[in-house]
Amino acid sequence: MTSVLYDAPGSRAKWRNVGYTVLFTAVLALVGWWVYDGLSSKGQLDWAKWEPFFTSSQPYATYIWPGLQNTLIAATLALVIALPLGAVFGIARLSDHSWVRGAAGTVVEFFRAIPVLILMLFANAAYADFTDISSDVRPLYAVVTGLVLYNASVLAEIVRAGIQSLPRGQTDAAKAIGMRKGQTMRHVLLPQSVTAMLPAIVSQMVVIVKDTALGGAMLSFNELLSSVRPMSANYGANTIASFTLVAVIFVALNFALTSAAGWLERKLRRGKKSTGAVVHAGPGGGLETVGPGGDISTQGDIK
Amino acid sequence: MFDFLDMDALLGAFWVTVKLTVYSAIGSLIWGTLLAGMRVSPVPLMRAVGTAYVNVVRNIPLTVVILFTSLGLFQTLGVTLAGDNFTVINFRLAVLGLIAYTAAFVCEALRSGINTVPVGQAEAARALGLSFTQVLTLIVLPQAFRSVVNPLANVLIALTKNTTVASVIGVAEASLLMKSWIETYAALLPIVAIFAFGFICLTLPTGLVLGWVSKKVAVKR
Repeated sequence: MTSVLYDAPGSRAKWRNVGYTVLFTAVLALVGWWVYDGLSSKGQLDWAKWEPFFTSSQPYATYIWPGLQNTLIAATLALVIALPLGAVFGIARLSDHSWVRGAAGTVVEFFRAIPVLILMLFANAAYADFTDISSDVRPLYAVVTGLVLYNASVLAEIVRAGIQSLPRGQTDAAKAIGMRKGQTMRHVLLPQSVTAMLPAIVSQMVVIVKDTALGGAMLSFNELLSSVRPMSANYGANTIASFTLVAVIFVALNFALTSAAGWLERKLRRGKKSTGAVVHAGPGGGLETVGPGGDISTQGDIK
Repeated sequence: MFDFLDMDALLGAFWVTVKLTVYSAIGSLIWGTLLAGMRVSPVPLMRAVGTAYVNVVRNIPLTVVILFTSLGLFQTLGVTLAGDNFTVINFRLAVLGLIAYTAAFVCEALRSGINTVPVGQAEAARALGLSFTQVLTLIVLPQAFRSVVNPLANVLIALTKNTTVASVIGVAEASLLMKSWIETYAALLPIVAIFAFGFICLTLPTGLVLGWVSKKVAVKR
């Protein structure tokens, strides 16, 4: 395998790599032994602590499934509400009127600069003070509101980047056949850019799912993470086992979403029907538009 | 209206936020660089371990990681990170959790930076007879670092906002103070406005300055 860093290995390099592998295995074994020793000396590896997760469905029926349901409900609601809002703000940021652009830009930048936890705490207090939503569903409302405020502004950027990823000729052609601005957006730009946005939207779903856990820890919203405490209390203080199970479920769920996003992106970039441009969420949440040839132009530096 | 405003407490809480951010940023830069080194190394086992770490950690909520450092590492396994009271222990645990989480994103940013350098650059360098170290330090890394400023800035901004999650284990940073003020005083909007403003003061300049730097040093291709 060649890469930018090294050539295909020759005979000496092959032996060197074997040496590195042996060294690295030794380091890994050391770390693994250290972890094992720490866990077993506190009795966290006893079969009794792990056994309920393998032999009965009770922990799943009582704790995991209701929690997972709430996580999924909150995440789905947040995405469904945030998408149209984000589309409105994303399109408003491309408006020809500078005051619309400015207002939408300010709102989007404001909500992106603030931690989502602050928004959740605010929503929770606001619902408690100004509305009579009952306190059993208030955490759900607060979590969804916080997620919507934050993610609508992120989705606005995704929509904007998606529309900007289209070749200028699309707008010109629409103008040339006499379409109005609204018609251009509805019939030409949006339908084409949706395909470019899809991977980034699916990736954003991962962020939303992860952020629902905040509600569990701070607003006593009964989602997946909040099932750890009652579960470990019920099965003999198996904190490590409970955390492992919850983490595995989160990883499986999000990994499926990430893989779906990657699959969509590859499929769209090869596709003949779209422009081949894809909006892609960078590691820190920055957006970049990857052209058909794989060339990257970074858009909208995320604040 | 602003009678809740205790400037010392407010600045103290934001100072904790800044400290969390700075320590975690330094730590995750180091750990993330090591991970990136593993992910681009010629040894398949190292690549596999690096990839596994990144894929697992990226998909776990930060809240789970932070809560695990307290409930799992500290309360169950007795890891105290040489702290002698709860304030210090929780702060260090939060930094540890933030480092473990953020490093995965730093690693991906660095790796994408290395991948933007065209293979031809390294091939040309090798053809000139440059050694591996020379190729790395004179050709690849200088170009990679320049394209990586913007993604790393995004990671830093996300980290600044993520420090609020430390409140889950009782680290007295800005969002925990906001929570207690909201519960004590009947002035929701002014309180939230002040804390929102505080976070904007932290994140917006970072984005503007580093965005300018990244445009300044970007390699035009």
